[in-house]
Amino acid sequence: MSDLNPSTQKVAVSLTDLHKSFGSLEVLKGVNLEAREGEVVSILGASGSGKSTMLRCINMLEVPSSGLVTVGDEAITLKTDRKGKIKPADQRQVDRVRSRVGMVFQSFNLWSHKTILENVIEAPIHVQGRPKAECIEEAEDLLDKVGIADKRDFYPAHLSGGQQQRAAIARALAQHPDVMLFDEPTSALDPELVGEVLKVMRRLADEGRTMLVVTHEMGFARDVSNRVVFLHQGQIDAEGSPADLFNGKGSERFQKFIAG
Amino acid sequence: MDFAFFWEALLTLLPGVPKTLQLAFLSTGLGAIIALFLAMMRLSGIKPLDWFARAYLFVFRGSPLLVQIFLIYYGLSQFPEVRNSIFWPLLRDPFWCAIIALTLNTAAYGSEVIRGGLLSVPHGQVEAAKACGMSGFRLFRRIILPLAIRQGLPAYGTELILMVKATSLASIITIMEITGLAARLVSETYLVIEVFVVAGAIYLAINFILTRLVQGLEYRLTPHLRERPDAGIVMPTRETAGERA
Repeated sequence: MSDLNPSTQKVAVSLTDLHKSFGSLEVLKGVNLEAREGEVVSILGASGSGKSTMLRCINMLEVPSSGLVTVGDEAITLKTDRKGKIKPADQRQVDRVRSRVGMVFQSFNLWSHKTILENVIEAPIHVQGRPKAECIEEAEDLLDKVGIADKRDFYPAHLSGGQQQRAAIARALAQHPDVMLFDEPTSALDPELVGEVLKVMRRLADEGRTMLVVTHEMGFARDVSNRVVFLHQGQIDAEGSPADLFNGKGSERFQKFIAG
Repeated sequence: MDFAFFWEALLTLLPGVPKTLQLAFLSTGLGAIIALFLAMMRLSGIKPLDWFARAYLFVFRGSPLLVQIFLIYYGLSQFPEVRNSIFWPLLRDPFWCAIIALTLNTAAYGSEVIRGGLLSVPHGQVEAAKACGMSGFRLFRRIILPLAIRQGLPAYGTELILMVKATSLASIITIMEITGLAARLVSETYLVIEVFVVAGAIYLAINFILTRLVQGLEYRLTPHLRERPDAGIVMPTRETAGERA
């Protein structure tokens, strides 16, 4: 665990009074969360507690029903369209925010028709408009960093789940993101492949990257994150340092949750 | 049967091949563009566009191509408005009438192939593209369309072959493609079997080549669906390579 003092760092992501409903089902019931630069926040909770929805609201893959999402110094503006649906007021703003936020999905979601290298250089070249040669060089370094440099010309279908997820992490890092979002990054993996992905994530945390991680990996939450947030039925039920929470200081519900 | 005549028939019909290919490629190409728009209309979620595309499909898929050719070639010229319009130089020409009918017809079938391709694009891959800041046309061009094309290509290859055969109907409105030349040769020689066996063989040859080309394109576009390149091959290590040398 790094010993940074979060309160002196700038706010990287903040969610204010976030609500989200799917039809009549209210999934998020007023969530407030702040992640500061360099912080690693683990988000825990039973399935259906709203943790993935909360994470996906940060880059507008889910549009909140109400509330405010701020990434860096940019507050995402929402509007109500003619049919009464809430949506982002400015798609360009959303795209701008998204290109500064790296996302890693549970099911990897690599582009199946592109090689691993092409996956990694796609956004830098075609979204951020950086020179191709520079992007390729950097992509090779990133693939080396996640340990699959030799797989650069393979297609995603030719890799194991763990390798695909590490490629997906490299793809997200290639955007030079200010914040990394991980949506249950190890949940789709065979048990013996979980370790290699967690190792890469641990290294990113050590480098001081800002990370929000929805996970079921208690070890990661306890040992790597600076802060743990426990969601229950769309609300934050317990929040604090892993040292406190994993030593009996959280809510009763949280203690029950980690006891299994 | 007159076997010596086969060669003569072949030489008479071969000059019709370029016309057949022109009709097939031009109409399939133009039709694919219209098909893409029709497919997008159906998937747009905008009711009037969806309905228009559905009505179009109903009419052009539900009625015979020959009837469509007749309506465009003979039917439209009945209206003075058409004869006085800027489109008349095109619509008085049987070649362009055939192109229009074939194009509108294949667009209907093609749009369903493309729609199926677009629907098959994995949602997660689209979401990943959005998450890194892609949207609108760029998202469509870089991620959605390439995936949809790979899905739709085998079915579109079949559509191309159907179109090559459908061009034979253009002979009815005086176009001298393969079938047109064959019909004329029959009326001159009365050697029905010889002439049409040769005509059929030419279509077969064309479609054989086209099938191969589409297969080749499919192969090139889908390396990700094949076995991984090093599977089952034991690469020589430095030691074993040294032993052999």
